[in-house]
Amino acid sequence: MAEPQDELHEITLYVNGIPHEVTVPARRLLSDCLRHDLRLTGTHVGCEHGVCGACTVLVGGVPMRSCLLLAVSMHGERITTVEGLAGPDGTLSPVQRAFADCHALQCGFCTPGFLTTITAALAENPAPSREQAREIIGGNLCRCTGYQNIVAAVLRAAELGQAELREAEIQQEQQGDPA
Amino acid sequence: MTGKLVGEPVKRVEDPRLLAGHGRYLDDLGHDAVEVAVLRSPHAHAQILDIDVSAALDVPGLLAIYTYEDLTGPLAEPLPLLIPHPALTHGRTQYALARDEVNYAGEAIALVVAENRYLAEDAVQRIVVSYQPLPAVVGVAAARAAEHLVHPDVPGNVAANLVQEVGDAASALAAAPHRLELELAVERSASMPLEGRGVLARWDADAGRLRIWTSTQTSTGVRAAVAVKLGLELGQVEVITPDVGGGFGVKIVHPWPEEVLVPFAARNLGRPVKFTEDRREHFIAAAHERGQLQHVEVGFDDDGRLLGMSVRFWHDNGAYLPYGIIVPIITSTQLLGPYKLPAYRVEFDSLYTNTVIVTPYRGAGRPQGVFAMERTMDAIADCLQLDRTQVRAVNFIQPDEMPYDQGLIFQDGRPLVYDSGDFPASLEKLKKLVDWDSWTSYQAAARADGRRVGLGIACYVEGTGVGPYEGGHVQVETSGKVKVATGLTSQGQGHQTAFAQIVADELGVPLADVEVVTGDTRRFPYAVGTFASRAAVMSGSAIALAARAARAKILKVAADALEADPADLEIVDGRVRVAGVPGAEISLGTVAVLANPLRYAFDEASKAATQFAVGDPDAAPVPEDDEPGIEGRDYYSPLRSTFANGMHAVMVETDPDTAEIRVLRYCVVHDCGTLINPMIVEGQVHGGVAQGIGGALYERMAYDEAGQLQNASFMDFLMPYVSEMPDGIEIDHLETPSPLNPLGIKGAGEAGVIPSAAVFASAISDAEGFQITSMPISPSELFELRRQQGESPS
Amino acid sequence: MKPPAFRYSRPGSVAEAVRLLAEHGPAAKVLAGGQSLIPLLSMRLAEPGRLIDINSIAELDYRHADSDGVRVGALARHSAVLADPAVAARQPLLTAALRHVAHPTIRNRGTSLGSIVHADPAGELPAVLSVLAGSVTAVSTTGRRTIPADQLFTGPLETSLRPDELAVEAFFPALPARSGTAFAELSRRHGDYALCGVAVLVELDAELRIRTARAGYLSMAATPQVVDLTEPIAGRPHDADLGAAAELAADTLEPEPDIHASAEYRRQLARVLTGRAVAEAAQRAATSEAVADG
Repeated sequence: MAEPQDELHEITLYVNGIPHEVTVPARRLLSDCLRHDLRLTGTHVGCEHGVCGACTVLVGGVPMRSCLLLAVSMHGERITTVEGLAGPDGTLSPVQRAFADCHALQCGFCTPGFLTTITAALAENPAPSREQAREIIGGNLCRCTGYQNIVAAVLRAAELGQAELREAEIQQEQQGDPA
Repeated sequence: MTGKLVGEPVKRVEDPRLLAGHGRYLDDLGHDAVEVAVLRSPHAHAQILDIDVSAALDVPGLLAIYTYEDLTGPLAEPLPLLIPHPALTHGRTQYALARDEVNYAGEAIALVVAENRYLAEDAVQRIVVSYQPLPAVVGVAAARAAEHLVHPDVPGNVAANLVQEVGDAASALAAAPHRLELELAVERSASMPLEGRGVLARWDADAGRLRIWTSTQTSTGVRAAVAVKLGLELGQVEVITPDVGGGFGVKIVHPWPEEVLVPFAARNLGRPVKFTEDRREHFIAAAHERGQLQHVEVGFDDDGRLLGMSVRFWHDNGAYLPYGIIVPIITSTQLLGPYKLPAYRVEFDSLYTNTVIVTPYRGAGRPQGVFAMERTMDAIADCLQLDRTQVRAVNFIQPDEMPYDQGLIFQDGRPLVYDSGDFPASLEKLKKLVDWDSWTSYQAAARADGRRVGLGIACYVEGTGVGPYEGGHVQVETSGKVKVATGLTSQGQGHQTAFAQIVADELGVPLADVEVVTGDTRRFPYAVGTFASRAAVMSGSAIALAARAARAKILKVAADALEADPADLEIVDGRVRVAGVPGAEISLGTVAVLANPLRYAFDEASKAATQFAVGDPDAAPVPEDDEPGIEGRDYYSPLRSTFANGMHAVMVETDPDTAEIRVLRYCVVHDCGTLINPMIVEGQVHGGVAQGIGGALYERMAYDEAGQLQNASFMDFLMPYVSEMPDGIEIDHLETPSPLNPLGIKGAGEAGVIPSAAVFASAISDAEGFQITSMPISPSELFELRRQQGESPS
Repeated sequence: MKPPAFRYSRPGSVAEAVRLLAEHGPAAKVLAGGQSLIPLLSMRLAEPGRLIDINSIAELDYRHADSDGVRVGALARHSAVLADPAVAARQPLLTAALRHVAHPTIRNRGTSLGSIVHADPAGELPAVLSVLAGSVTAVSTTGRRTIPADQLFTGPLETSLRPDELAVEAFFPALPARSGTAFAELSRRHGDYALCGVAVLVELDAELRIRTARAGYLSMAATPQVVDLTEPIAGRPHDADLGAAAELAADTLEPEPDIHASAEYRRQLARVLTGRAVAEAAQRAATSEAVADG
């Protein structure tokens, strides 16, 4: 039988700021590579055909479905997963805190895909309208929450983000003007 | 930090972990496990002539291929029929791996174990099976016609026929001044959680013990079933439910073939084995629900008062019936809703078809029953030209008539007796919320603008908190932390938070000091499972009782230590103190130490409990009626289900040109008794409503005549995104506490979805001016109905 | 759902890519965005022996807009083309259609040219390319050729590209003077494949009366279907009732039913969407500035 066997490829992925060298077959999906080769199981697999969005990660800061990417094709890319959203000391990001504030998760399975998508969207548009908030989450499925609280969380995250920004600005001012 | 937590929208303790990406769902576990893929039947009905695995044998990393021939003992017998019933005369369940025939496309034929899923799928692809296709029976009509049989020894494809009757419906109908007949249909849908099924098993040969993780709604159910199938003692098997990415009913089924085969393989191979289902498998090898055809005859008077009703329905139960006839029984009994019906006869046939099995999906037969009754109510209103709420109100059971015995046997085998509820009050709230009384003028104005708008209403009653029981265990550790366990499981309902709120209140400890574990048979082995909106009622009550037992023990030990009367003690922030006497206090941790008289100290704190430090030399260290430590264990076993109720109204707009259906407003009035955490309850309602909208307007299982599921993916099975949801669900609450349990709780999990088919049919009918009798409905189907009504496209 | 095994190459240039295609031809598939290809692999509906990943070929990542029209290279992602104001200015129909392609996350990786040569009957871009009479340029070891849209799409998921050819560019001609476009589609859920979609191009004469009207349809046939709608509305003022064009569309198209829509319903959608899009395109044509020369 002239069927191809699994050829292995050595690749480097920069995930949440850390370089990882892995050896993978060409057919290894990025979702499986993250979850099983790198043991970053926060990214979840809901459908493996690109519809549900649970597997969404950031590639170069841009949301993409990791179930629709080959690990080998991602060689050299900078990837952010849900595990990379919190601060170095584990403080949850504004988006993560907003989800807790607004009860925007129940079983939590779809949540990582929402968190990465929303984080990227707010980086581009820090103060979305309600309509824009609904657009931002428009490509992710959730079976538990009915989305109402997720929309609220987007707006709350924008608030928290702005608040953090102001705090950082004030801190800067304080440091720049010694008493 | 003081103050009652029950009743407060406390933020969830589950969240930080899940938000940080540290959830532990089934596929996140077992990195060292080998993996499974399953060869599934491509045919809906066929004889298996031969299975040739030879071409699969040289797939690298292959470890084993199992077929029916490899199964011995109990494993070679069909999977259990979980809920027997006298009317279930022809129950059939599948074998863990198909024996000589397959009865649905998706049925498991061979199990392949390999180093990883990719290789396992390679091997599956190379197995060659020869089939003799047989005629497939698809749909209720074909099952009824019985030109072909699914099971050769089940005449007419009828698994069960059940009649329930109160009064003499036939005579009441004959004597009624008005009569109507309705033909109704509800199509098949499914739970469709975002996480599919999965099971991981480890066999410890040294200890002779099997440890199983499975994405289930019942750890104890799986444990018992697997023990039997593998010839093990119950005590040799542990089942742990990990984080679960949604259940919605489908994960109550057990044991799935994979749930017995994976442990079997683990023991056989001496390696941990894991099965993670993919999405296509979930469509064709898990379970569906909802499909029924219904025929209703109703007799009523000039006021719309029900005099008699006869309902005949045909329930599509798929190829096998592991869960028995619970779903159609619930349809039969919950059909009555909040109404008085002096004469009622309901008869159903549960029919086999060559399709995926049918087991409960959120609502579990209630949506179909509510559909039948609520379409009938609308039809009566239409016939008499009365307001639809008026017709309903005139039939309501009144609050002073509670408890009200409907005269039927419910799904728990007990009499259907509503314990509480104020239906007139609920209706008033709903009418106010949606501004019912100004609807006619609103609709008229919209029509003048060329718009088609409709307002629908539907009422339901839900029997929640079914038995037989649940239990709770509360233990105070020497650290002062409180460990709580209950045996049922969690799939996102916030049990760890809600139950912690209960314990924090009962014991007077901070929420952060309470840790709740669910679904682990090692921690709590007596349990039933999570379904029927029962967890808060059952485990909530049991945990409260267990906490009270623990509290009594705490006070007794503390009273001794403080030389006070237990009645003078209070517990605040984890410290037991004499009320009004500052300084006279002792921490819970110390109480726990003192409660366990020790011979050997193992750390600083435990020294206080050793024999030379404490103890009355004239009394036994552990009194006769007591135990060491601070533990409470109790069970809640209800006499009957407790009945929640709700009423929904939806405002829709239909497009005159494209027949698109848009939700303008969705209003819910909901009575579920005491709310432990109103934020969690609201979340449940939102989610249920969303599933209801999906089920009414978007989701259906599309089988072709050959029994092939044509939309076995998220591309074609249309679960709603946010864009399909209205912006905001309007909710009002009634709290009529249940008299049946200590906290007055009623279940809330299914509330959002139960009336949705009915309420949307009601609204679209109102918009279009003709009765909708079949749900779900798509724009294309509405367009075709309009054409049938004689409307020509613009 | 895991893909079967395949060999993998990542050429650094077009020359290298076409050499690989010449060698492996029918057994190879090109990986660009992969948003359509990878689900096919995961479902094992396609089992190529080799994947040729062109994502390193930087020379293919471009968008170029001038008075001739818009050219997009094989690596131009939907999101980049959609966000490009120069593209929107030169060929607003492309921009309008791109808004309907899947969801933003898919658009971040999927390529516009890839979508075209995937030739899904429900794809937006094949219909746009067809109604604008655009073309695709393909390169192989034996040369370079340009395939006009009306010769490109040969069946559902089939094009006239040879197995040894690499599609490198799509060309969308610029709008003639006094013309306007509109795109409309209707899907069950936001972001789904359309039940019916239409891309319309209307040209007016100097008196702002209908000169020509053409519509390209998606989800109505096995390939994009272009219908000339001129006849029933020729010469009418741009703001007159142009419903006759919608009727012509409904009469001409012969859609198939599927689980989401009956044939009659699809026809109705074609009627409704054509009516809206023709009116919109005519309006835009009337207010458009005459395209500058050069």
